Amino acid sequence: MFLIPCPFCGQRNEEEFVSGGEARRRPDDPASLDDAAWADHLFNRDNTKGVVREWWWHARGCRLWFMVERDTLNQAISPAEKPP
Amino acid sequence: MRNALSYHERWSEAWRSPEPKPGYDVVIIGGGGHGLATAYHLARDHGIGNVAVLEKGWLGGGNTGRNTVTVRSNYLRDPSIRFFERSRRLYEDLSATLNFNVMFSRRGQIDLIQTWAKWRDVRRRSLSMALVDAEYTIITPGEIVRRVPLVELDPKARLPILGGAWHPGAGIARHDAVAWGYARAADAAGVDIIQNCEVTGIRRAGGRVTGVETTRGTIMAPRISVAVAGHASVVAAMAGLRLPIETVPLQAFVSAPLKPVLDVVLNCPALHVYLAQTDKGELIIGGGADGYTSYAQRGSIHVIEQSVAALIDLMPRLGRVAMLRQWAGMIDLAWDTSPIISTTPVGGLFVDVGWGSGGFKAIPASGEAFAQLIATGEPPELIRPFGLDRFLRGRPVLETAGASNRE
Ligand SMILES: Cc1cc2nc3c(=O)[nH]c(=O)nc-3n(C[C@H](O)[C@H](O)[C@H](O)COP(=O)(O)OP(=O)(O)OC[C@H]3O[C@@H](n4cnc5c(N)ncnc54)[C@H](O)[C@@H]3O)c2cc1C
Ligand SMILES: [Zn+2]
Repeated sequence: MFLIPCPFCGQRNEEEFVSGGEARRRPDDPASLDDAAWADHLFNRDNTKGVVREWWWHARGCRLWFMVERDTLNQAISPAEKPP
Repeated sequence: MRNALSYHERWSEAWRSPEPKPGYDVVIIGGGGHGLATAYHLARDHGIGNVAVLEKGWLGGGNTGRNTVTVRSNYLRDPSIRFFERSRRLYEDLSATLNFNVMFSRRGQIDLIQTWAKWRDVRRRSLSMALVDAEYTIITPGEIVRRVPLVELDPKARLPILGGAWHPGAGIARHDAVAWGYARAADAAGVDIIQNCEVTGIRRAGGRVTGVETTRGTIMAPRISVAVAGHASVVAAMAGLRLPIETVPLQAFVSAPLKPVLDVVLNCPALHVYLAQTDKGELIIGGGADGYTSYAQRGSIHVIEQSVAALIDLMPRLGRVAMLRQWAGMIDLAWDTSPIISTTPVGGLFVDVGWGSGGFKAIPASGEAFAQLIATGEPPELIRPFGLDRFLRGRPVLETAGASNRE
């Protein structure tokens, strides 16, 4: 059990949130990708042991999305970023 | 017997603890059930005995020693049913095969049906399973209570029990014994099992693997096989490979030992809880996975709380049973929640990963098939659908989305 800093509501219990997975960059020019590059973008993950930049959704709160950096070894979380 | 009378101090070791050699024909990373079974089959079926199994901790100290030991084949997709039914059947003779008592107890599993959607799903599975002679049939609520008197039917429940699905082939086995049995058999066939040996890097030249860096020195090998549940992405990254895998915590807990109260595996997919009673008398209980990626080897208490609430709903008489221990393992879930047993774009690198919450039951069949893949370079028919290329080709094997993979 850990707290997640929602940039809109402050520190709230993990149970109120849904993880959105690691932040990934959309390909700049999707039309130029071949199948392998698409499959890599859609399915593969870094799945880092350590600090990840990731999405969370405050599903049982303000229902907004935001990003944090979290250490997957101990759940230490950085202050949240509002979406751009 | 003689050793039992001398304070158990004179037993010989069941396997050697050799120093690593400079090189092997095959190096297997990960000394869980999968790595050990693969080594055993390489030696037994393919005459490849110059094999090392490298384990960073101790044998079976990963998920093989942390799981809830259910062996079953009631999956959704045909390739999964075929594969897991093969594995389940290998479990029936495993004690004799390995000459080591793995305590497989074929006691059957009941899946509770609490929605009409689940009813249709069970009908579908039962027909698919009939194709490989695996039984999965619908039973009435009355029959459920007859077999499991602990269950109380509450017609006013939010999800009343409509029926059950009976899977007579399912069972449980002793987790450690499976690892130890394969370890002893592999060792006897010449395999070097090297504990306290963490792989820290994978050497490559010209697009092929050449060896591994470890905490006990460099070990060369033209073929490297990865069987590290909970660390697949970390080890794959050592070879520059990204996998369609996320690592999440999965928890379980056991009660104090009780007199016999439950002689089947009881699974409640709608409320995310399942349990069985071990031969020691403990109830071993599991539920859904935690909802975020983690390598912390622990989960959050509200997930356990949810399983306990469901348990008390179904079996109010368990309300006063003391719980003894609780723990978590890190499970690797592939994008489609099916395993990946495959060659990779890196020459000589093979993976047997993504077993999620269901790889204990898979140990015998996976060891057999993965060994064939490593030995011949060609996947046997049984595991062809589980190749890494399925994502590229748009042919995932979608099992049910629930992370606990039990529905
Ligand atoms: C709580 C829980 C309940 C489960 N219940 C069931 C169930 O009821 N039925 C079922 O079929 N499955 C179940 N599973 C899943 C099952 O436990 C796993 O799929 C299975 O044990 C995987 O076996 P393995 O040999 O691949 O991995 P493991 O047993 O985890 O072995 C992998 C080994 O690799 C080692 N390793 C990792 N990194 C390195 C490195 N860099 N160098 C060297 N060694 C390394 C680890 O130390 C570990 O010992 C459950 C899992 C959990 C966590
Ligand atoms: Zn919020």
